[in-house]
Amino acid sequence: MIAIVALIILLPFAAAVAGLLGAKVGTGRRGGGSRTESSGAAAGRRAAWFAITAAAASAVLTLWLALRPALDLPTGAASRPGGAGFWDSFLPGRVEGALTLIETGSLPISVSLRGDGLSVLTGILVVMVALAVQVYSVGYMRGEPRYPSYSAFIGLFTSAMLLVVYAGDLIVLYVGWEIMGICSYLLIGHWWEDRANSRAAVKAFLVTRLGDVGFLFGIFTLGMAAGSFRIDDVLRADIPTGTLIAATLLLLMGVAGKSAQVPLQTWLPDAMAGPTPISALIHAATMVAAGVFVVARLYPLFLGARPTLDVLAVIAAIGMLGAALAALAQDDLKRVLAYSTISQLAYMAGALAAGVRGAAGLAGLSGLSGLSGLSGPDVPYGPDLSEGDVVFGGIGPPGVHGLGEVGGDEAAIFHLLSHGAFKALLFLCAGAVIHHAGSNLMSRMGGLRTALPVTFWTMTIGFAALMGLPPASGFFSKNAVISVIEDSDGVVQPFLYGSALLTVGVTGAYATRAWLRTFFGPAQPRGEPQPEPLPEEPREEPLTEVLPGTAAHVSDGREAPRSMLWPIGVLAVPALLLGFTWPWVAGRGVMGSGVGWGSAMIDLVVALLGAGIVYALWRGDPVRDPARLLGPFRVPCERAFYVDTVYAALVARPMLRLARGVVRADERVIDGAVRGSGRAAIGLSGVVRLVQNGNAQLYVTGLVAGLLLIAVAAAVVLA
Amino acid sequence: MGRLLIALVAVPLLGAAALTMPAFRTRGRAVAFGTAVSGLVLALTLAAVAAFALPYGQDGPTGGGPDGGMRLQTDLPWIPGLDLRFHLGVDGISLPLVVLTALLTFLCFVHLTRHPPAGGRQRALVCTLLVLEVGMIGTFLALDLLLFFVFFEVVLVPMYFVIALWGGTERRAAAVKFILYTLLGSAVLLIGLLVVWAQAGTLDMVALAERRGAGMPRSAQILAFLAIGAGLAVKTPMWPLHTWLPDAHTEAPTVGSVLLAGVLLKMGSYGFARVAIPMLPEGAAALAPWLGALAVVGIIYGSLACLAQRDIKRMIAYSSVGHMGFVLLGFATLTPVGMNAALFGNVAHGLITGLLFFLVGAVKERYGTADMARLGGGMLGRMPHLGSLLTFACIASLGLPGLAGFWGEMLALLGAFRPAAGLPRPLFLVFMAVGGAGTVLTAAYFLRLLSRVTHGVHRAAPSEPEAAAGHGVVGARAVEQGVPARTAGEAAGIGGDERAGDAGEIGGTGETGQVGGTGGAVDVTAREWAAWVPLVVLIVLLGLWPKTLLAVTTPAVQAVFGPGMVVP
Repeated sequence: MIAIVALIILLPFAAAVAGLLGAKVGTGRRGGGSRTESSGAAAGRRAAWFAITAAAASAVLTLWLALRPALDLPTGAASRPGGAGFWDSFLPGRVEGALTLIETGSLPISVSLRGDGLSVLTGILVVMVALAVQVYSVGYMRGEPRYPSYSAFIGLFTSAMLLVVYAGDLIVLYVGWEIMGICSYLLIGHWWEDRANSRAAVKAFLVTRLGDVGFLFGIFTLGMAAGSFRIDDVLRADIPTGTLIAATLLLLMGVAGKSAQVPLQTWLPDAMAGPTPISALIHAATMVAAGVFVVARLYPLFLGARPTLDVLAVIAAIGMLGAALAALAQDDLKRVLAYSTISQLAYMAGALAAGVRGAAGLAGLSGLSGLSGLSGPDVPYGPDLSEGDVVFGGIGPPGVHGLGEVGGDEAAIFHLLSHGAFKALLFLCAGAVIHHAGSNLMSRMGGLRTALPVTFWTMTIGFAALMGLPPASGFFSKNAVISVIEDSDGVVQPFLYGSALLTVGVTGAYATRAWLRTFFGPAQPRGEPQPEPLPEEPREEPLTEVLPGTAAHVSDGREAPRSMLWPIGVLAVPALLLGFTWPWVAGRGVMGSGVGWGSAMIDLVVALLGAGIVYALWRGDPVRDPARLLGPFRVPCERAFYVDTVYAALVARPMLRLARGVVRADERVIDGAVRGSGRAAIGLSGVVRLVQNGNAQLYVTGLVAGLLLIAVAAAVVLA
Repeated sequence: MGRLLIALVAVPLLGAAALTMPAFRTRGRAVAFGTAVSGLVLALTLAAVAAFALPYGQDGPTGGGPDGGMRLQTDLPWIPGLDLRFHLGVDGISLPLVVLTALLTFLCFVHLTRHPPAGGRQRALVCTLLVLEVGMIGTFLALDLLLFFVFFEVVLVPMYFVIALWGGTERRAAAVKFILYTLLGSAVLLIGLLVVWAQAGTLDMVALAERRGAGMPRSAQILAFLAIGAGLAVKTPMWPLHTWLPDAHTEAPTVGSVLLAGVLLKMGSYGFARVAIPMLPEGAAALAPWLGALAVVGIIYGSLACLAQRDIKRMIAYSSVGHMGFVLLGFATLTPVGMNAALFGNVAHGLITGLLFFLVGAVKERYGTADMARLGGGMLGRMPHLGSLLTFACIASLGLPGLAGFWGEMLALLGAFRPAAGLPRPLFLVFMAVGGAGTVLTAAYFLRLLSRVTHGVHRAAPSEPEAAAGHGVVGARAVEQGVPARTAGEAAGIGGDERAGDAGEIGGTGETGQVGGTGGAVDVTAREWAAWVPLVVLIVLLGLWPKTLLAVTTPAVQAVFGPGMVVP
């Protein structure tokens, strides 16, 4: 069983290795650039076969795991403290296996994997999106000479993400976590001929790495406090609250980096420099999901550290609204989607920050069937408490939770899955649009609904889900998130809830704007100047500069090729229908029972209000950008509130200045001292040399003087 | 079995002596002979690994000792009047370094067979490198303090000649600086060793390590640690004693840089693990905070210096300061995990930086410069294999998990998270945080390097065709064989558009086979693959399976720190 999990992870990895090393063997002369057109195409075909076969096999194996009634190990006290998670009704039990234990001289690292409902749920998202992206890329990257390495890096990335999802040890998790970072770097910089892409790749890696350092220290703190890096041991350990708060705050740095949350969100919009399928895979559905996943994985720890959750709530509240406003002002379609990703991830973070609360406020959402059970006062979490054998020590949150409720982690994971589906769909559709229009800029699009009917309809589903319109999946998951936030307590709850509601409206506005500007209105002949050129801010800082509108491919006519349409069509299904299946996944009985209709109506009205304002503006003048409703705030929004500029001024430039200073100091001061000592020695020897002047009289004089001195000394001593 | 270690030292020495025979005057024969000798040494080290892997007690009377103790020992009288002994042995601390030395030397010879440095005199170069190997391996095997010092010094002279005879334009000054600086360090080291001798009355390193400083007063231990530590720190190098290193690395020929970074620096850090910390625990405890502070200063300082470098070779030299800072930080924690980290970091740095210097040497050979601005970017387009390997090596060096560089850094930080009892923990937490910031800076300068050199579109510098033609055998050969490639490449390069690289490559493929590129540039040759692939494989292996190394070092490290070693 654990072998299946290992296979799920290793298959994409093996395909990546094979694609990287083996794709070109036998298809032409050795030498990456030295091959003819046909041998390049043959290598591409072979690489595509490797990649798609492995992705498909991983997907099949994951589905097989998911459709089993239960995993190997029984759930319960021995395996998971604090009761089982919300996923237990979906897939009870878990598997785990350790390959070996690496002695380090301190805490050992156990090379181990574990699979449970949470892993499998997230794993489904990863393998499905990865498979869709691999298939889509065959069409999107047709004729690309570097396709083999591209698909291999996607495979490596998939493997790393799956390692995070199935890791049984925090250090193993960290390994996957970082490898994702480098894959992201390699894929964003895929078209490295353009310096802007290269800079965006470097920025993505460095910003996430900054967070990852904190993440690693958080792992140290947890591991040292628990006496083990194994996730199970850490969850079970009795960790003092102070340590727990410190550790979770440190972990939060990594989460903010990977999930592009404030203040480390700046890399994600620039990461759109990569090919569009990469944006779908990494920057929408999977890598950015890793941060949310890790919080859900270690959720009992976070529940024990209320201040951390409050910090997370503030981060989420700022991030969701700010990013949504930034999305409203962008002209680049991919950047709209990128900011919307930050905003939606902030929803998940907000749900996680809301914690877990008693059933009372959430009864409407949770169905309650089969979940009633009494909880002891020290049992903080989880619906599966009726077994009564749950042992949970020490790390409980201050509040008492118990009766079947929707936890923040459940809402977050629900939104993670539905967002993964609809955002991947949106990006793949955007790729088809860009493929057709030859530009990323919405000012160069318009009226595409007749040219691209399939893309139009699927993208409409995606936008509906993003706005949270029923019956698309986003309606249900966003409602779950907002309900959890609404019913939470805590000092920042009103702020978070207000921000969440406001963001619903802004989301409706920017989604509508993007939809209208892309598919409706007059068609824009290519090459026409932008209707409303924005003042270009002088961008002298290389790290933050990314050219907008680096188009992927030039349009070639009608709808995208079939290998691109199929993944889009397949992804549209969960984007539309996932909301109906979730009650089944979470084991909450009948369809629709999970919706708090009252609050859902409020969300819906707010979203439609936002959409309506934009529609009204657009109706007034279809050519002009509805973003003008932002008025004087438009430029700050488009520049994402100048965060990049501030970072460049506060961090990047001083650092470079410091580096130059160090080099100067090294030459003048430290090496200067070394060279100075050499010169001093030579100077000293010059002084001593004066005595050795070759004058025999001087020598004899010295000799006599010495003799005299000795004689006098001897006389004095003897006398 | 004990003879094996003697053979490890004797074979390269005899090889060097044999080179004086006139038969080796024929061009190319000396390098082939050197390759064979170093290959034999590598085979012998692998035999030593195999013998080491035998369970304890099965390798005859010379082995034995407790778990993690010395094995394959040879103990012969050397200078009986001074009670000096020719005492060799190997344990988990030294074995990886011996293998690393033999491997890197062998790969250097493999590389030399087709890529000799400018300066000719191949026979002398081979002889020098073999003597160098004697000193390097001897240092890691010696178990007598004076013998250790002798081998430690033996290394300096051949390295001086390697830099001074086959180096770059500023080679004389760099070589003189190198030898004076390190000799000064050695003098201080010798004073420290003599203090130990005077206090303990023996030079036997096994006995001294077993005593753990018993019988030496604290003040003497601190004095001895200060002297020995300073001497070793010059070699490692520790900030602020590092300034010989950038010059020496930059001016040394490729093989010199590889061995300098790959092995010579490790002799300093090995001294900490073998001499300073086990023999002088009280001195170590007193000075560890200082060592840690200088280590993290080195990490940040080295990284910042890298960030502003223009010359790639010089940048990698400074990166060694940063990476060895992590090694020293590991030692400073005085914990088993810290020492494990240091030993792992040693080996990983040897492999990765060795590879990086090979690659930069290749870049310099092809472009005629290692200056980032003059390289002009676009290497992934011009020489995809070289560019990919450079990307790999840089990523490994910035400490990506899954590659070798990560584990040393991670474990050093873990050690600093909870240093040995008696050390100030808040201070080490600060060290850990600063070290963590150093990893970000490390990533920054390596990615900056990749961005400037491998990405973008190549724009030929004005003087480039002459430079390419005039540099090295490969360049010359490319000119002979690849005339169509060159013309095509240059014609396309003048336009400077994005397709220039591709067009040039396609033009170059037809006629010249392996020599395919633009402007006289050749992608990785077969001999270079042979020299580099073992390093790449080991970097991946140690990264994915760190247990291969940790399983060897951990018992030995625990023997160093264990509660009272068993006296046989």
